[in-house]
Amino acid sequence: MAEHAHKLEIFRGLIKFKSNTQKIWGVLLLLSVITAVEVVLGIYKPDILMVPSIQAFEGGLGATLLNIILSPFIYTKSLNLIFIVLTVVKAYYITWDFMHMRDETKSLRRLVVWTAVFLICYLVFILLQEGGYIESVYTEGFIKRDF
Amino acid sequence: MNSTTVSTGTEETTWGGGNRPLKASYGKMMMWFFIVSDALTFSGFLAAYGFSRFKFIDYWPIADEVFTHVPFLHGQELPMIYVAFMTFVLIMSSVTMVLAVDAGHQMKKTKVIWYMFFTIIGGAIFVGSQAWEWATFIQGDYGAVQTKGGNILQFGTYKTIGGEDVFKRVSVEEFAVAAYTDRTQHESKTGVWFTSEGSLPTYTVNDVYKGLESNPNILVRTQTINAEGEKTVLSREESLRQLKTNGKRYVKGANLEANEYGAPLFADFFFFITGFHGFHVLSGVVINIIIFFNVIIGTYERRKNYEMVEKVGLYWHFVDLVWVFVFTFFYLV
Repeated sequence: MAEHAHKLEIFRGLIKFKSNTQKIWGVLLLLSVITAVEVVLGIYKPDILMVPSIQAFEGGLGATLLNIILSPFIYTKSLNLIFIVLTVVKAYYITWDFMHMRDETKSLRRLVVWTAVFLICYLVFILLQEGGYIESVYTEGFIKRDF
Repeated sequence: MNSTTVSTGTEETTWGGGNRPLKASYGKMMMWFFIVSDALTFSGFLAAYGFSRFKFIDYWPIADEVFTHVPFLHGQELPMIYVAFMTFVLIMSSVTMVLAVDAGHQMKKTKVIWYMFFTIIGGAIFVGSQAWEWATFIQGDYGAVQTKGGNILQFGTYKTIGGEDVFKRVSVEEFAVAAYTDRTQHESKTGVWFTSEGSLPTYTVNDVYKGLESNPNILVRTQTINAEGEKTVLSREESLRQLKTNGKRYVKGANLEANEYGAPLFADFFFFITGFHGFHVLSGVVINIIIFFNVIIGTYERRKNYEMVEKVGLYWHFVDLVWVFVFTFFYLV
């Protein structure tokens, strides 16, 4: 399998590796650092990150639209948003470099990634939306919970 | 190139399978398709977890108060440390796996054997850690009282640590006293033969109440998360009243029906998601062992390619990938 060529650069060519083995250790270092950052943030939970970074906009259709577009910053705690972004970054490097997605054809890559990403986003959106709605019924709908 | 052992002589024609769509071999592409469908199964679980959590957003247990244990470091509160260790072990075994694949491309049999061996060891450490984590979770450590409404009341006291008043949990076993009780276990010999019940909880609510009464510094903590993101601690009078009027039974540890950490769904999802993932790791280890022996006896050496290692490698990395998400959504967020 001599024709098996690996693409040896990550960060869009910012870091180049000499061999595939070297790239693997480089990616390991990256993943370890990200995990360490996550754990440290998870233990210390800095106060500034425990609230959403933007307050919800009030009044009018424009405000509602802005609230929808910027919803990750308005309705999610900054800390959780950081965790989610870091997780996606880790998932990217595991798939691209450990599973060699970087070396597959573009069509196979899209086939796998787009399908999964689309369906997962769809499912997560529906379920979280519904969960939030049921929560509002519990809190505002005269349902007694504390007994 | 071709990994099939049976040859029909028509491999190179289109209808004989000579056409390789997406420039990937059949096995590798099918492994990718399996991974997509399995990813959807896992995201179904995690999305359902998110659904339930959003439903009880103000009452959900705080994960780093639950998973604070590390083996051999008894009685210390070290949130996240052990899970982080498990994550690292899994990532590390992913690395040895990809090194095995790389060595396979270069047809270096001894290297493949060693890297596969380390991968299997890593997987075994992970499964073992998860078993330990389950055991600790099921056993529990403080105990709590479940109310008639299904809520959990935990106990603790304020301690001054570094000039700050910090709420520290107290085990029910430390303060409950035996009170008078006429509740006996219903056995089949005392009634009709086909009805009986499991063992009674260690303490009755009355035992716990008497203990709480005689320890004026102990307070009740409810499931409700307050504005500071912490669980609400009740006043002394409210603690006694809450336990007296609403307490139903003493709960220690966790099972599918009740747990001392909070909403029953929390434990259910814990068992379901980490269990399903652990099962994947276990089957991954078994498949890796099979391939490991195949490498040793030289099957792939004779085939002149190690693509099989690459295919199980894909599965193994996928297991790691799922854990990255479980780690975030179950332990961190």
